[in-house]
Amino acid sequence: MMRSRDILAFATRAATATPLRTALMMLAMAIGVAAVVLLTALGDGARRYVVREFSALGSSLIIVLPGRTETGGLGAGSFVTNTPRDLTVDDAAALQRSGLITRVAPLVVGNSEIAYGGRLREVVVVGSSTAFAEIRNFTTAQGRFLPEEDWRRGSAVAVIGATLDKELFGTEPALGKMIRVGDRRYRVIGVLAASGSGLGMNADELVIVPVAAAQALFNASSLFRIFAEARNRDAVPAAKDQILDILKARHDGEEDVTLITQDAVLGTFDRILGALTLAVAGIAAISLAVAGILVMNVMLVAVTQRTSEIGLLKALGATGRAIRLMFLTEAALLSIAGALAGLLLGHLGAWGLRLAFPVLPAYPPDWAILAGLGTAIVTGVLFGVMPARHAATLDPVDALAKR
Amino acid sequence: MAQIELDKIQRIFQLGDSEVHALQDVSLRIEAGEYVSVMGPSGSGKSTLLNLLGLLDRPNDGTYRLEGRDVTTLGPDDQARVRRERIGFVFQSFHLVPRLTAEENIALPLLLAGIAPAERKTRVAQALSDFGLGTRGDHRPDQLSGGQRQRVAIARATIMQPAMLLADEPTGNLDRATGEDVTALLETLNGRGVTLIVVTHDPHMGERAHRRIRMEDGRIQSDTQR
Repeated sequence: MMRSRDILAFATRAATATPLRTALMMLAMAIGVAAVVLLTALGDGARRYVVREFSALGSSLIIVLPGRTETGGLGAGSFVTNTPRDLTVDDAAALQRSGLITRVAPLVVGNSEIAYGGRLREVVVVGSSTAFAEIRNFTTAQGRFLPEEDWRRGSAVAVIGATLDKELFGTEPALGKMIRVGDRRYRVIGVLAASGSGLGMNADELVIVPVAAAQALFNASSLFRIFAEARNRDAVPAAKDQILDILKARHDGEEDVTLITQDAVLGTFDRILGALTLAVAGIAAISLAVAGILVMNVMLVAVTQRTSEIGLLKALGATGRAIRLMFLTEAALLSIAGALAGLLLGHLGAWGLRLAFPVLPAYPPDWAILAGLGTAIVTGVLFGVMPARHAATLDPVDALAKR
Repeated sequence: MAQIELDKIQRIFQLGDSEVHALQDVSLRIEAGEYVSVMGPSGSGKSTLLNLLGLLDRPNDGTYRLEGRDVTTLGPDDQARVRRERIGFVFQSFHLVPRLTAEENIALPLLLAGIAPAERKTRVAQALSDFGLGTRGDHRPDQLSGGQRQRVAIARATIMQPAMLLADEPTGNLDRATGEDVTALLETLNGRGVTLIVVTHDPHMGERAHRRIRMEDGRIQSDTQR
């Protein structure tokens, strides 16, 4: 019986004897594996990016929305029209009494115009309180954030984003200047540090005023949201219960608010993007199947080209098993080499992606690397079986007659 | 008991609708150490006879006893083992593996038999010097002359110390002088006791054998001993 080391050496010699054929086959395998690695790196990078962006909001945040969102599908209750009570500043103030909640920020959002010295632009106006800065991790580059005061009073002061500062004031100092928002005038008391991040709203283009000032501006008494921050992450479930209890008591026993926590939103995005990555990996894996078929074709050609060699080996006393093993080993070697080259290529591509888009943490996940390598090697060997069997069953007399 | 005993061997090839009787009722006994030439026109069945003797082909009917054992009924793996251990082939076109060196070509049967690398090395080195290939061990076939190639092929055929050598036109691709050398080499091996069976077109070479078998239309026409 032939030694396995000799089979390996023989197959290696056979593979390296035809460098072009070997290189092409490895390339096909490599592209397949590289596609899996690169595309999953992209998908997983997007997932990590979104997760990180959400985490920037703070993980013990609870967002209170007016109205009840049914999460249990359509029930009889869904058709009973219930006009929800608005959330009010008093509701927000009531939440501050809960021992589990450290910070509360009421939120009013609307569009308006901002003007200074003849310059005018559309702007998103946010009405909130001092705590909003801490909840959203805003820092001021100049001046200070909204002062601590009675939420129902609302002094005529504003904090503006970095972009607004540049557009309205240029190099002129903004602090202390009077700006006009809608039909009201505010004194600028702070400029936010440039952040650029923040899903949905770009903090650099906001103007933030006290909540009562925003309500007066938009002539509204209700709130858009209430942001509440639990004492810590573990306190979030208990804090949710307390918020519901407090608001239910204030709203005649009706549960007409929806609470969103960071974890729930994060979990949903995580799942969606995870599934997307998996789907992309699946599509990339198709190219591996194509590479497998190529391996089969190339090996069949190799068998045909080496027919007389196979006849010789049989004449020298090689068993069918030995010949099968030689060709199977060759196919496996080519697949493994191709898969490893593809891994390298994929990692290079992912590195290039990270260089081009530094915000995207494009690292291929471990499972994708394992699955890519595994699929490549398994398809290579599987598609190598047929040519190897074909070689083993060649008739030695006919095979020797071939030149 | 003769080394080779063929009894009423039939070999029929199907060519389209017609049957070709490549061998008809061939019965033959060859003793160990004999030097036999098989001659005859193309299509007389001499190559088919050699393939049968070398267990590369199976007869449709009849029995082939090699060293007293009926080898026609052996399974493919057992036949491979008999080829490996008892039979050496020498071909007209040498059949060297082009990507392997002379050494590696000679070592092939040892490789297939699973013999340890250290032993392979000493046996191949011995064979190289025996066949006057001492400095050619690391040359690939395309770097060797025709005569050297055939010597490598003969070294390969004898490395397992087989009981018989089957040569199919061994000088067919060589010039006259080189052919003489190769024939002399084969005869030397025969002188050491290996049965030598040569299929040839060349009357000169055929004449040199001690026993000459003439074939025609798949039958043995004459079988003369010198």
